[in-house]
Amino acid sequence: MDAKLTHTQLAWLSITGLVIFFGTWTLAAALELAPRRFLPLPWEVAEAFVKLVKTPFSGETLQGHLVSSINRYVRGFLLAAAVGVPLGLMMGWYRWLDNVVTPLFDGLRFIAPIAWVPFAALWFGTGIGGPTMVIFAGAFPPCLINAYRGAKYVEQRYIEAAQVLGASGPRVIYEVLLPSSVPAIVAGLRVGAGTGWQSLIGAELIAASSGVGLMMVRAQGTLDTSTVMVGMLAVGVFGLLIDVALRAIEQYIQRRRGLAT
Amino acid sequence: MSSNITFSKVSRNFRRDSKDFFALDDVNLMVNENEFVAIVGPSGCGKTTCLRMVAGLEFPSSGLVQVDGVEVERPGPERAVVFQQFALFPWKTVHENIEFGLKSLGMPAAERRERIAGNIKLMNLEGYESAFPHQLSGGMQQRVAIARAYVLDPKVLLMDEPFGALDAQTRTVMQEELLRVGRLNPRTVLFITHAVDESVYLADRVVVMTRRPGRIKEIIDVKPVRDAEKWQQHERIEDVMDLESFVHLRTRIWRLLREQHDPADH
Repeated sequence: MDAKLTHTQLAWLSITGLVIFFGTWTLAAALELAPRRFLPLPWEVAEAFVKLVKTPFSGETLQGHLVSSINRYVRGFLLAAAVGVPLGLMMGWYRWLDNVVTPLFDGLRFIAPIAWVPFAALWFGTGIGGPTMVIFAGAFPPCLINAYRGAKYVEQRYIEAAQVLGASGPRVIYEVLLPSSVPAIVAGLRVGAGTGWQSLIGAELIAASSGVGLMMVRAQGTLDTSTVMVGMLAVGVFGLLIDVALRAIEQYIQRRRGLAT
Repeated sequence: MSSNITFSKVSRNFRRDSKDFFALDDVNLMVNENEFVAIVGPSGCGKTTCLRMVAGLEFPSSGLVQVDGVEVERPGPERAVVFQQFALFPWKTVHENIEFGLKSLGMPAAERRERIAGNIKLMNLEGYESAFPHQLSGGMQQRVAIARAYVLDPKVLLMDEPFGALDAQTRTVMQEELLRVGRLNPRTVLFITHAVDESVYLADRVVVMTRRPGRIKEIIDVKPVRDAEKWQQHERIEDVMDLESFVHLRTRIWRLLREQHDPADH
């Protein structure tokens, strides 16, 4: 790390990065390095954004699409967390379960979530079920892996202390492995929240009626590149917000545990 | 209420580079009901292994470790352990840490509260019930660890160098406290230490162990001397340590430990 950059200097660096990004974009579009239809100017995207907020596109405004995306996303992510975290912790304690799940899981996790799209649609439908399953496929592996690693690396003395105090297996999992793995689990949820949100566009390729992904697919069909970019920005900004929120939660938990410096 | 502990021909070996090493070799020891036995020895003599076998965290390669004539097969709350590094749960408050074992016993909430309150008073922890371990000093943390063990009303209390991580002054206070608490609640105690002073001050008998292989070299009877010389009349540890009878025993144990000192080690 660089020595001694002040907060102000760091803030200026971030601003510089953004200026370079938008400058390059504007320049490339103004010089028509790509045809204007394929590479809109930043303010054309801004206009498209205002229009999408005010008037429906494919049946919904931008907010409407976003809400329905978030709805699917939250379901898929919560399902991944609700299955992945307990399963990972149990695998960290019960060796037989580890041996049953790990070979299967290690194979399946290399299949990109988008590859599940056809089957998700066939098995769970194109309404809520299918897209939810694709997001689940994206968010599940980090949730499980981190909980598992957290449970595996719990300091032996805490486990022994629980055992000599008469704790049963489920109690060791719930009262020792879970709380001492919280930093690892929260880190896993953060990564899973990201990969789940990334899978969203893939999930909405099969969405029937609404969603940011559907909006982008429809706009692509008519070469409405500004609308596609608004979709990209919405996905990016909302993903950033999720990450910032989860990072704040992570830091709060670490502070509470007295682990933060 | 209390129990006895027996080690019968206990050995523990492990293989390394296709050679057998004996961590413990033919250990025979009986700890009687309500007796306080300290094991001293150089590091690597297997004294902690002895304690962990009674706790059910490790097992002998041959021989038998029994509590009240029953072979130890797994850990249990009737054999409470106080660890050197405290091993308090950092995510639980003082109250919750002390409560942990009582929940294993399936005790009703009202009774739990009463028992915890009594032990918090006994260990002078009043006012710290809702503190987290990292907010406490080392000495206070060890008080919590002892309360967590005592609250279970265990048949035997296993203490693995419990004061090893404390500074000298805190250690002195805790040693006096342990003696005080032990008089109020007599208990079978197996106490591991490498501090000779501490073993003579606290224990009824001191077991001196040798290293490689870990064997019992000699067992020193402290209790007859303590009773005859009326150590209990002295309230402070330094007054007891000044007594000729104390110095005599301490020197004897020091000699036993030095005899086995291997010059090749240093």
